[in-house]
Amino acid sequence: MGFDVAFLWSTFVKLGSAVPMTLGLFAASVSLGALFALGITYCRVSGGVLLSAFGRAYIFVFRGSPLLIQMFLIYYGLGQFPAVRHSLFWPVLRDPFSCAVLALAFCTAGYQAEIMRGGLQAVPAREIEAGRAAGMSGLLLFRRIIAPIAIRQALPAYSTEIILMVKSTALASLVTVWEVTGTAQRLISQTYRTMEVFLVATLIYLLINFIIVRLMALVEYRLSPHLRERPVTANSGGRQGEVHG
Amino acid sequence: MSWIDLIGFGEQGRGAILLWATCMTLAVTAASLCVGAAFGAVIAAAKLSASRPARWLGDAYTTIFRGAPELLVIYLVYFGGSQAVTAVGKLLNYEGFLGLPSFLAGAVAVGLISGAYQAEVYRGAYQAVARGEIDAARSIGMGTLLRFRRILAPQILRFSLPGLGNVWQLSLKDSTLISVTGLAELMRTSQIAAGSTKQYFLFFVVGGALYLVLTTLSDRIFNFAERRVARSFRNSLGRR
Repeated sequence: MGFDVAFLWSTFVKLGSAVPMTLGLFAASVSLGALFALGITYCRVSGGVLLSAFGRAYIFVFRGSPLLIQMFLIYYGLGQFPAVRHSLFWPVLRDPFSCAVLALAFCTAGYQAEIMRGGLQAVPAREIEAGRAAGMSGLLLFRRIIAPIAIRQALPAYSTEIILMVKSTALASLVTVWEVTGTAQRLISQTYRTMEVFLVATLIYLLINFIIVRLMALVEYRLSPHLRERPVTANSGGRQGEVHG
Repeated sequence: MSWIDLIGFGEQGRGAILLWATCMTLAVTAASLCVGAAFGAVIAAAKLSASRPARWLGDAYTTIFRGAPELLVIYLVYFGGSQAVTAVGKLLNYEGFLGLPSFLAGAVAVGLISGAYQAEVYRGAYQAVARGEIDAARSIGMGTLLRFRRILAPQILRFSLPGLGNVWQLSLKDSTLISVTGLAELMRTSQIAAGSTKQYFLFFVVGGALYLVLTTLSDRIFNFAERRVARSFRNSLGRR
C-alpha cells in the first residue's frame, strides 16, 4: 500500500461532497435538540411534581441508554407497527435522514437539558433579587439578567456536547444516511482501499471539529468581555477628565 | 407466541442469550477500560513531561481520539488490524483474509478512545495533588519511584475515581459500536433477535432497558466507591 496522493485527494473531494449531509444532520439535530431541551429544562426547573418527574425520567432514559439503540428503535422499531405506518407521521418515520435527526435530537436533548439546568442554577440568587428590586420581572428579567449569565456559564459544557454531536452523526450511516462515514463505506466497497478512505474521513471530521471548537471559542470570547483586560486607551495613563491635546 | 415468551428463558425465548450478551458487553467494556488505563497513563505522563515533543504528541493523541468519530476509530482498528494480520499470514505462507478477533479489535479501539479521556482524568488528578506533599517527600529523601508509589499513585487514583466513572459510562455506550465488527455483545444480539423474530420494537426496548440497568448499576457502584475513598480525605471536596 503506497502513499497515493492522487487517490487520497480524489477521496477527499468525494467525501467532501458528503460534508453538507453531515453538517445538515448536525445542525438540524442540535437545534431541534435544543428546542426539546428547553422544554425538558422547563419541566425540571419550574414544573410541578408530575412535570418534574417527566423531565427526570426523560433525562435518565436518554442519557442512560446508547444512541445507536435509540436510533434503531426509531428507525426499525416504530416502522414495525401498522398503526404507525398508516399514521400521518409515516413520511417522517420512513425517511432515514429524519429518523436519524430525531434520534440524535432526542438523545442530545437529555444532555443539553442537564447543561441548561446547570447554567440556570449558576445564576446567583442576589442578581435575580437585584433585577426584581429594579422592577424587572418575567421575560425582561430572563432576557436581561438570567439568560446572559446562564448562557455564559453553560457555554463550555455546551461546546463539548456539540463536538460529541458531530461525532455522533457518523452513526446515521448505520441507518443508511449517506453522510461522510456512509459515503466512505460506499467508496471502500468500490475501491477496496479501506485504510486510506477511513483515514481521510477521520481527517474530515477532525477538520470540522477544529473549526467548531474555534467558532465556540470566539463566541465565548465575545460573551465574556468582563473577563478580559480593559482595552488600553490613549488617555488610560492620565487622570480622569484630563484632556490631552 | 406472546412477547413475554420471546424475551423469556423458555425454548423459544431469547432471555438467556441476551443476559449472556450483557455479560459480553461488560467484559469488552472492562477490557477497554484496562487498555485505556495503560494508554491514558502514558499519554498523561507525556502531557505532563518537561519535553516539548512529548507534550505535543500527548496533545495530538487526545485531540485525535476525542475528535474522531468512535465508529471510524473502530473501523480503522478492525480493518487495519485485520490487514496487518493478513500480511503476517502471507509471510507465513497463508493465503487469504485473516480477521482480527472482534473482541480484541473492539477492546483496543474503545480502549484507544477511553485512553484519551483517561489521560485528561489522570492529568487533572496529578495536578490536584498538593505540591507541598511532593516537596515533603523529597525533603525526607524519597526517590522518584518511591515518591510515585507512596505519595502520587494513591492520591491520583483517589482523585481520578469520579472521572473514571464518567469514562466508564462513555465506554459502555461506545461498546455498542463494536457490534459492527460482529461481536455478539448486547447491541448485536438485540439486533439479531429483532431481525429473526421481526419484533424490532420489543428487542430494542429490551436491549435499551438492559443498557439502562448497566449504566444505573455502574453509577451506584462508582458512587459507593467514591464514598469509601472519600473517608480518607480530610475535609476536602470529595467528602459528603
